[in-house]
Amino acid sequence: MLIDVHAHFLHDRSPRPDWRERNASRLRAGERVGITVHVASILGSWGATSPIYFPSPPDIEYGNDFLLKLQQAHASRIRGYVVVNPNFQRHALAELRRCLDAGMIGIKLAASRRADDALLDPICRVAQERGVPVLHHVWQHRRREHAGQEASDAAELGSLAARHPQVKFLLAHIGGGGDWIHSLAAVKPLSNVYVDLSGSGVDGGMLEACIESVGTERLLWGCDLTIDTGWAKLRYLEALLPAHEVERVRWRNAARIFPPSAFPSD
Amino acid sequence: MRIDVNGFVGAYPFRRVPGTSVDALLQAMDRVGIDQAWVSHLPSVFWRDPAAGNPWLYGTARRSDRLRPIPAVHPGLAGWEQQVREAVADQVPAVRCDPMHYGLDPTGKEMRALAHCCGTEGLPLLLAVRLEDARQRHPNDVAGELPPSAIRTLVRTDPAVRLVVTHADRSFVEEVHFGSTPDEAARVWWDICWLWGPPEDHLQTVLHTVGIERFVFGTGQPLRLPEASIAKLDLLDLGADQRAAIESVNATSIAAAVSRSP
Repeated sequence: MLIDVHAHFLHDRSPRPDWRERNASRLRAGERVGITVHVASILGSWGATSPIYFPSPPDIEYGNDFLLKLQQAHASRIRGYVVVNPNFQRHALAELRRCLDAGMIGIKLAASRRADDALLDPICRVAQERGVPVLHHVWQHRRREHAGQEASDAAELGSLAARHPQVKFLLAHIGGGGDWIHSLAAVKPLSNVYVDLSGSGVDGGMLEACIESVGTERLLWGCDLTIDTGWAKLRYLEALLPAHEVERVRWRNAARIFPPSAFPSD
Repeated sequence: MRIDVNGFVGAYPFRRVPGTSVDALLQAMDRVGIDQAWVSHLPSVFWRDPAAGNPWLYGTARRSDRLRPIPAVHPGLAGWEQQVREAVADQVPAVRCDPMHYGLDPTGKEMRALAHCCGTEGLPLLLAVRLEDARQRHPNDVAGELPPSAIRTLVRTDPAVRLVVTHADRSFVEEVHFGSTPDEAARVWWDICWLWGPPEDHLQTVLHTVGIERFVFGTGQPLRLPEASIAKLDLLDLGADQRAAIESVNATSIAAAVSRSP
């Protein structure tokens, strides 16, 4: 069993004419790697009609609907995170209920609003009520503002996690660029924050630092935009850890924090 | 046979990196099935005189038949031609230069002189676009990334110049390859370590559009997990000959030309 907790799919209203090929490539590579389930999100229109990290309500609905259809079409291997934009609070809360009722298993917050902002609290209360985790996009040590997103770093996510100790948070793509040492130090004391290993970064020493910081009990395997680097990190973990600890990272931790029956083995 | 053209030994100044010793590098090579590595001395990339690390590197490589040294040359320091002559005498596969770290104009007269000299001597010149993702670098690690224009400029300095470029992404490769004549492009080799696999399939794309003959296996270890470059290849549908070309044949042809040079 292998669960990718950080996947994405594209759709026909995204700016990418090759969206079908990219989706097919993800599934094909997943078969080769042995990915049992891709837990995915679609960030609105991917920039076509509203910004990737500030998606409009109509774009959010289209993306979530498309993902629900993918989840139905690939019932054994795709699961969805509901994407919402906290700036549209009423829409966000309604969209959460609609998509969780329809079978999505988590919430994706990207970079529409800083993680420590109070606007995220009602969303986290829904996460607690429904028993679903929150995957939060993180810029590993944000030293300044970055165009196109209101990015958060681990310290800001930590502030949110401290306010909602019953909610499980996934710190997104520790290998996604940025200073992962800063992030690991920030989330080390927060037992409800899990580290998602995805991202194109395959830095020597990063996995050792993750294990040292949060232990294998709080590590989750994922790929994001590069399945090759996800596979590389998995291979290295298999050389580094005993089998039972690798199992935690491969799927057992994910099975623990997502709702019961989210995955085929439950 | 698998040859890693992009390995390092020695400590990195900006963060703790495990596995920087020679023994650890050899263990990592065993772990992932790399037979031979072309190795650079990592600390001296940041030294005022990077060639000062070459004697240690030559000595270290002589102790293992699996390691081949890539000595550094700083063409802004007097006497650099001697470093090139030593490299030729030692039949190294290539010399490296990191102009952005040395504070040199990557298309300036010193670099053009080095490229010309390497071409004349039949010695490939290895250049890294970057060592780490720009987003994660230490606040004091401010050297810029090598621009594609540098490769386009250097390959034109002499019809015999041959360049091995590491840590380049898809757009970099495409800009240089299609911004060069076929003859120029045929004298540039790219390591695969920074090219994305699926679902974006950048590596698959450039293997098709640029040509398998232009790519060599490289990892950037120990700064990067060597497993990544192997996983990229395992995710492709390559014939045995195609995979062998990337993993060893192309690199062997580069190195063989050095030993044939006058």
